[in-house]
Amino acid sequence: MSALRLKKGASKKSAYDLKDPNADVIETHTLACIVDNEAGVLARVIGLFSGRGYNIDSLTVAEIDKEGHMSRVTIVTTGTPAVIEQIKAQLGRIVPVHEVHDLTVEGDSVERELALFRVHGTGDHRVEALRLADIFRANVVDSTLESFVFELTGTPDKIDAFADLMRPLGLGRIARTGVAALSRGK
Amino acid sequence: MTRQMTGANMIVQALKDQGVDTVFGYPGGAVLPIYDAIFQQNDIRHILVRHEQGAVHAAEGYARSTGKPGVVLVTSGPGATNAVTGLTDALLDSIPLVVLTGQVPTFMIGTDGFQEADTVGITRPCTKHNWLVKDTDKLSGVIHEAFHVATSGRPGPVLIDIPKDVQFANGTYTPKGKVATGHYKPTVKGDIAAITELAEMIEKAERPIIYSGGGVINSGKGASQLLRELSNETNFPITSTLMGLGAYPASGDNWVGMLGMHGLYEANMAMHDCDLMINIGARFDDRITGRLDAFSPNSKKVHVDIDPSSINKVVHVDLPIIGDVGHVLEDLLKVWKSRGRKTNKGALQQWWSQINEWRAKKCLSYTPSETIIKPQYALERLEALTKGMDRYITTEVGQHQMWAAQYLGFEDPNRWMTSGGLGTMGYGLPASVGVQIAHPDALVVNVAGEASWLMNMQEMGTAIQYRAPIKQLILNNERLGMVRQWQELLHGERYSHSWSESLPDFVKLAEAFGCKGIRVSDPSELDAAIQEMLDYDGPVIMDCLVEKHENCFPMIPSGAPHNEMLMGDASTQDAIGSTGAVLV
Repeated sequence: MSALRLKKGASKKSAYDLKDPNADVIETHTLACIVDNEAGVLARVIGLFSGRGYNIDSLTVAEIDKEGHMSRVTIVTTGTPAVIEQIKAQLGRIVPVHEVHDLTVEGDSVERELALFRVHGTGDHRVEALRLADIFRANVVDSTLESFVFELTGTPDKIDAFADLMRPLGLGRIARTGVAALSRGK
Repeated sequence: MTRQMTGANMIVQALKDQGVDTVFGYPGGAVLPIYDAIFQQNDIRHILVRHEQGAVHAAEGYARSTGKPGVVLVTSGPGATNAVTGLTDALLDSIPLVVLTGQVPTFMIGTDGFQEADTVGITRPCTKHNWLVKDTDKLSGVIHEAFHVATSGRPGPVLIDIPKDVQFANGTYTPKGKVATGHYKPTVKGDIAAITELAEMIEKAERPIIYSGGGVINSGKGASQLLRELSNETNFPITSTLMGLGAYPASGDNWVGMLGMHGLYEANMAMHDCDLMINIGARFDDRITGRLDAFSPNSKKVHVDIDPSSINKVVHVDLPIIGDVGHVLEDLLKVWKSRGRKTNKGALQQWWSQINEWRAKKCLSYTPSETIIKPQYALERLEALTKGMDRYITTEVGQHQMWAAQYLGFEDPNRWMTSGGLGTMGYGLPASVGVQIAHPDALVVNVAGEASWLMNMQEMGTAIQYRAPIKQLILNNERLGMVRQWQELLHGERYSHSWSESLPDFVKLAEAFGCKGIRVSDPSELDAAIQEMLDYDGPVIMDCLVEKHENCFPMIPSGAPHNEMLMGDASTQDAIGSTGAVLV
């Protein structure tokens, strides 16, 4: 048979199967991008994440400078340190992206998310829901005899915790905005 | 000076302002106003291709061989979608292109109109940037910005989608110099502290290698000169990727040949054993690195690249330098010279004797034949018969492409046009048209395989219409040679759909197109056939029937490191001749 067979490659594994040496360390980072508020800019950012197989845990976007047509995109993402570095570099390549900040490593930052919770219930459950909402400093923004809509602002953890508490008390639908974040001071 | 004009006239004016002399395109309903404007002027030459993919590849050939951006004009819908492969090819190989597409009128966008496609949506991931222009007043500004984006930083293709009503409407033209090109200004100067650190590493290195890439070509002719100076002054060996061939001359003393999967043994061994790797404008592509966790295990790695996202993308480097290759090399040479032009000469001498030992293996040797044309032999003869000519080579994709890279020598940048990153079969013929249009008097040869060539063979019509005397050297093995090779190596010699049961008669095909056809199958007649091709004043299709089962060596099998290369083996060829042929 062919002499080639005897000399076939040292490994049957393809280079594509090789494991990333850093694959075990997964970090969560909050990135903020200042972008031109032009048509398609969000699609470029999202397309980058889907096209290159990066994760998006949360994404918020809104115009922050009407005259300058600038928006701020806040992305919470997870990945190995090398992947996080790639994500930042790739975001920086997008032409309408002006700045990329990694709030997780650029000193202290504050993160807030707003959530709306509809909680159904009567009697003790209703009283307990209202009491817990008070502890969490949630506002009642809608009320019927059988339900409340609470508005809560806080870190994602706080919102998760409130949702867990409301669940046995008749939690219905939740709407969350995703994280908005800003570095402290400066 | 601002002027009122229609969007269509604005496009032509903006292209003139940008110094564009040639546009490759194909008309259609949504670009008729632009074609009308082109009809009424003589400054810009329009080359009518036969398929929009051909237009983009031709523009790539034009761009790669001139250093100027290539310009493409196609219609909406299918015109734009046919351009997608070319755009992706240009993106992966960092070729500057400005592609103009027509679009249905703004008021029809979103209605699934005739020949409507979401062109900016489809091309967003395969362009460096794209625009949909809905306002004629903004059109000229966008075109000027598009040229800026395509050509600055890491070059790439950009696309402007222009609805038909925007082409008809009147607007204010803004000249080139009056347009704010936005915030997009990539760093070109490298960090001087890092460059100084590199100079120190150069002084101490015992087993250095310069690994250069397409970025040197993109940086311009000056960068190639500086690269030559760096290698010659330091006496460092230099290898290059497929995309970087010609930046350092193949006849240069320090040239150790191309590296990578089908690179030379000495180049790959030097990469594996070096203690200092200086990557200049290359991107650690998987065809280059082989098995990543065994890639050059004992070296300090330096990476010069204009694109920050290339740094640490696949290979972690010890010293990144972000900047334009030309600027960085200029500063590096200045710093290194001012420090006394030191290198570790004793160690270098030893390193060179090691490299010469590897060279002595003669990894490109193959079993010659007196009865069948070996593809390697065909390329050796092409090389010999075109020596000293200012020669431009394009290729298709596959074995012939690798053989061309191995057996042809490139003395200057911008003479070698090939689809490296995307590996686009069908690239070479249209690219050769684009090169010949840019260099009407030069010798332009497309080294092709018959399967790739058939993918865009309609572009022979373009060559004949514009009297572009391109030479199509088809190394015809009636196989998808590289696919066949992998099936032999990796799939138990089960040759699934890797050969053509029906091929056209290429000589008759040439006659049908209206050009010259030559067929050769006897090695003793090869020189005369090549000479006939070179001497003929017009396009030629040469059907060069070659050995059908030749494999491309040397080869790093996928998943193997640089120092575990498969070498060509005479006994292999016999074995395939008897047992392999039964399966074929």
